[in-house]
Amino acid sequence: MSNGILIFAEHRDGAFNKTSFEALAAAQQLGASLNQPVVAVVLSTDAALAQEIAGYDVSKVISVESPKLNEYTPDGYTDAMEQAVRALDPQYVIMPHTYLVRDYAPKLAARFGKGLISDCVRLTAEGGSEVVFSRRIFLGKIDADVVTDGESPVFATFQSGAFRGDQAKRGAGAVMESMPVEVGEIRMQPEPAFQEVKQAVDLTKANVIVAIGRGIKGEENIAQAQALAEALGGDLAASRPICDAGWLPIDRQIGSSGQTVAPKLYIALGISGAIQHLVGMKNSDTIVAVNKDPEAPIFDIADYGIVGDIFEVMPVLTEEVKKLKG
Amino acid sequence: MKIIVLMKQVANKDAILRINKEATWIEEGDLSYEVNESDGYALEESLRLKEKHGGGEVVVCSMGPQRVKSVIKDALARGADRAIHVVGDDTLRLSPFAAAWVLAEAIRGEQADLILTGLQSDDNGYAQTGVILAELLGVPHATIVIEVDAAGEQLRVKRELESGWYQWYTIQKPALLTIQSGISQIRYATLKGIMAAKKKEIKEVQPALEALAAAAHQRVTKIYFPLKTKQTQFLGDGDAKVGAALLAEKLRTEARVF
Repeated sequence: MSNGILIFAEHRDGAFNKTSFEALAAAQQLGASLNQPVVAVVLSTDAALAQEIAGYDVSKVISVESPKLNEYTPDGYTDAMEQAVRALDPQYVIMPHTYLVRDYAPKLAARFGKGLISDCVRLTAEGGSEVVFSRRIFLGKIDADVVTDGESPVFATFQSGAFRGDQAKRGAGAVMESMPVEVGEIRMQPEPAFQEVKQAVDLTKANVIVAIGRGIKGEENIAQAQALAEALGGDLAASRPICDAGWLPIDRQIGSSGQTVAPKLYIALGISGAIQHLVGMKNSDTIVAVNKDPEAPIFDIADYGIVGDIFEVMPVLTEEVKKLKG
Repeated sequence: MKIIVLMKQVANKDAILRINKEATWIEEGDLSYEVNESDGYALEESLRLKEKHGGGEVVVCSMGPQRVKSVIKDALARGADRAIHVVGDDTLRLSPFAAAWVLAEAIRGEQADLILTGLQSDDNGYAQTGVILAELLGVPHATIVIEVDAAGEQLRVKRELESGWYQWYTIQKPALLTIQSGISQIRYATLKGIMAAKKKEIKEVQPALEALAAAAHQRVTKIYFPLKTKQTQFLGDGDAKVGAALLAEKLRTEARVF
């Protein structure tokens, strides 16, 4: 009988994606609720990756191995994961909702005659009762509770920030195994990944983000927000209109068409809070909103709000932060 | 080259959504609809590929009740050659697998060289129907595509990765691509296009949806507005400078973020 929670840990260039640990935290919660073991699967021969996951509270780490998995392709990953899932026969397969997972996991689920419960924001599994997955629909305006019927496994992906990676429980004593797999024909050949913008920042790793919106008014005013970001040791980001206008490069865009972030501190300056922006930052630990419009939806998710002119706030806040930091 | 472009009709982005009494779905009665944003770019890319590579055919395929005809007619007016309408009243309730299965049945016989669709829908947002469809049709796929080079024997597509990274893939034809929003300027329908559209074929297909509903493996039990979990502290009482000074202190002592 199917048993256990399988977590797919995603890596690139020898390092795990941060959201892999968030998915691990989700898998651990589910495992604890259902009293089932968590098994981590890594598609790599890199022993260091397997070791890293083995430092967490999981019962097993499986290194799924094939020469055809050295670089990611949807065909290769689907074949490999299909064999791992069939061999391990878990009840749930938990994955981070990353671009890579979006690219292959629906194909994987289809091999089992189903789809994913995708982009979940919550998981409820109290006392071993029915497991409920919650996901956002209508661009984040509404939540939907989803339950599953039929045979195992259930495939679910979790949105970046739905769980906290640092809440993934550490542990020791995980059994480490390797599982060679047969990968069939690969119908696509990847070229090396590249960045178009030099010094592109990965905002998902930033602790502090200062984000600007239409309220910044002109390109020449960005320096003030930049100064605040620097005082806080953070990164500058923006909502879509700023990047569309070319005032900041696209890799600094937060939201559904940009990056999804969950820093310790997110300061939204002159951003009204359209849902396309909110989905990219709502899981930040502390959210500050500054806006002239007291009805701006950004205030709905803010911990601290200032109703007023960002041009009055930015210089004062920058100075005060510097002062307090000493 | 024959290209099928899958387009979905979704609730208008600015529509005020209301939840029905049973909390199972939104009130659809007075809702306004539009084409799913990224599907519009998939159509534009299809039309450009046809123009660039000297002809062929762009076939638009949409699923849903009769109201989706407005999406189909608009696509025909912009330049699609003909359409397939998969008719069903309750297709939004289909799981992504079931939706892909119905679409696969509807288009399999077309033997298209290329199938394009948007990267995800703005309503259910599953982001998987295209990929599952590729698997069911036995063709390779690429997701979140922002550029397509169809000049060679094989396709070359540029994919968006996370955090400002990109990657080119060479991929065998036939293939399915999911297209990112914002990759081009979408054309308007011309008057000539609108007139020409009236003569274009719209084939209706009636799938057996009941059997699929029975085989559902994921089921929405209720929908609700997200709970507001935060109590916002407003600072400065209208004086932004005072607010800023207070904020610095609170970020230091309460939130402890620096």
